[in-house]
Amino acid sequence: MPRREIISGNWAFAEAMRQINPDVVAAYPITPSTDIPMKFAEFVANGKVDTNFVTVESEHSAITACVTAAAAGARVMTASSANGVALMHEIFPIAAFFRNPIVFGLVNRSLGAPINIHCDHSDSMGERDAGWVHLYCEDAQEAYDSAILAVRLAEHKDILSPVFVCQDGFITSHSFEAVSMLDDKTVKSFVGERDADLPLLDVDNPVTYGSFAMSEYYFEIKRQQVEAHRNVLKHYDSVAREYESISGRFYPKLDKYRTDDADFIVVVMSSASGVVKDVVDELREKGVKAGCLRIRMFRPFPAAEVAEVLGKAKAVAVLDRALSIGGTAPLSAEVKSALYDAGAHVPLQSCVYGLGGRDFFPQHAMEIFADLQKGNIRAEERYIGLLE
Amino acid sequence: MAIRLKDYTEKISPLSGGHRLCPGCGAPTAVHQGLMGIDSPLVVVNATGCLEVSTTVYPFSAWRVPWIHTAFENAGAGVSGVEAAYIALKKRGKIDKDIKFVTFGGDGGTYDIGLQSLSGALERGHDFTYICYNNQGYMNTGAQRSSATPRRANATTSPAGTVIPGKLQRAKDLTAIVEAHHIPYVAQTTLFNATDVAEKVKKAVETPGPAFVNILVPCVLFWGIDPALQHEICRLAADTRFWPVYEVENGKWKITYKPKKRVPIEEFLKPQARYRHLFKGDTSKALLEQAQADIEFEWQELLDRCGETWDPAD
Repeated sequence: MPRREIISGNWAFAEAMRQINPDVVAAYPITPSTDIPMKFAEFVANGKVDTNFVTVESEHSAITACVTAAAAGARVMTASSANGVALMHEIFPIAAFFRNPIVFGLVNRSLGAPINIHCDHSDSMGERDAGWVHLYCEDAQEAYDSAILAVRLAEHKDILSPVFVCQDGFITSHSFEAVSMLDDKTVKSFVGERDADLPLLDVDNPVTYGSFAMSEYYFEIKRQQVEAHRNVLKHYDSVAREYESISGRFYPKLDKYRTDDADFIVVVMSSASGVVKDVVDELREKGVKAGCLRIRMFRPFPAAEVAEVLGKAKAVAVLDRALSIGGTAPLSAEVKSALYDAGAHVPLQSCVYGLGGRDFFPQHAMEIFADLQKGNIRAEERYIGLLE
Repeated sequence: MAIRLKDYTEKISPLSGGHRLCPGCGAPTAVHQGLMGIDSPLVVVNATGCLEVSTTVYPFSAWRVPWIHTAFENAGAGVSGVEAAYIALKKRGKIDKDIKFVTFGGDGGTYDIGLQSLSGALERGHDFTYICYNNQGYMNTGAQRSSATPRRANATTSPAGTVIPGKLQRAKDLTAIVEAHHIPYVAQTTLFNATDVAEKVKKAVETPGPAFVNILVPCVLFWGIDPALQHEICRLAADTRFWPVYEVENGKWKITYKPKKRVPIEEFLKPQARYRHLFKGDTSKALLEQAQADIEFEWQELLDRCGETWDPAD
């Protein structure tokens, strides 16, 4: 029976893992994603799953074991955050190159130093070029749904790509909210069984994984991965619609909140969109045509669609929860590039907010919209809620 | 258990010819000799290193068995993942064969950068055999010192100069470190006797749980030897007790090859360019005496561990 329970984002992701019952989970605990492997270990200990749970000695080994298990033919999931994600950095492109359909619960946390356990997106943004699909979730419900949806997306024969399912550390991962969950049978029949191509364990048809390819071949191999990501944009909606058919919930690549006729749009990712959407509602009541564009899919970046939403606005602010020190913050850079390609000259304010878990209040969003309305837009990025 | 070389003359090695390792390299010999006694289906996991790059130059592969490489420091984790997948898929009825897992890493990927990953895999008790093909330095990048490089060897990051006579530190005793994980089977050997290598690896592979074999193999370029001397130099490594040949089964240490007579260490050092500086100048005599003293000290340590004595015919 479908259930509705008050659970945290981490538990929601772990519940999805229980229902998916992957062949292998290899994980190493790190705040704030620790609850995921911990909860999963309970499922293993109590026979709720029959997954082979490998309690590795580091994040580097966690992702390595995930990659080789996936290459072996297994369905594989794991989770991590922050420095753990950074330690895995070397192996992420290998997973993408092997076309390993790993589903990864990435609970966003700021990268040290200074060491800090709270949310920002500096960990996942460090992996933006690894060749993984990046999905950013607004709440625990979306984290649950995305974990299940991502299995099908990752294993789609025209895609075969690992997927990060990101949720905001503590804000989402540790907040308890009502989450609607499908019954186990529905999830199991939706995800089915993995039908692996060229599994390493097929000893009668031996394959070599991870060979040495020099300048004559490397480029062509990487180009194929670009194609896989083009296919993500092509096939994502059909997978999401299929998920809607079992859950009643549809998650588009872009969450367009009152953007249709909006003059002023704030672009944001993950949990802060809740704050922005509230402020949009408030402004709408006052007659301001405000909107919020939440980027759910950051990789591949749906650039044309983003430009279509923003191209007719009077002014746009992009909120990044990560810095690119000495350059343009990652989401801002993507949005600007998308607008440029579309020939849209929309005044745009880059804003950085929420680093190291700094609170983002409705008042902040209100001020950002007020500046857009006043045309108070600067070329340099602004820092929201910074004491200076 | 006894292996007869004759039986293997018609067997096809999991590693084909045509790979691009140097003539005289000990790594492929370790693979051939090590795997020739294994009859079960095999999956090979390889750390980054000479063996990896030279056997899989895309679009070719010299491996006749499934083979995977991800990175340098993670072969232990790599084999853990493959073995975990095997157990999971077997339990779920998707695989019916009995498959064995063998990992190859050089001393760089095993003693140094990959030690944590190896230690984790040993502690978790995965069923696999790890073979360190140990040429005592980083050869894939050009003969740099590793923690397996012996004292006094000339390596490109511990060169023998006018002030410093090569590497100053003693090599790490990795075989003992691995044994301290209390895994069921640990051995070390060298390419001095194909049957010995084959038997030790066979025993390792057939032992349930983790097993480790540390095989000393020459690198022609680093050691500076005639490529034709692979077998002879390994024979001298065993006979001079530079590289004792022994095994530890369920905690029981046993020297499996005891030289019949006392052979001075010079005989092993002399044919190698990496020790050329030990045979020149005023310090030569003292350095060679120290080298011999090191051998005696380490050999006695091993005898004590084994509870054995050695009475060679002098």
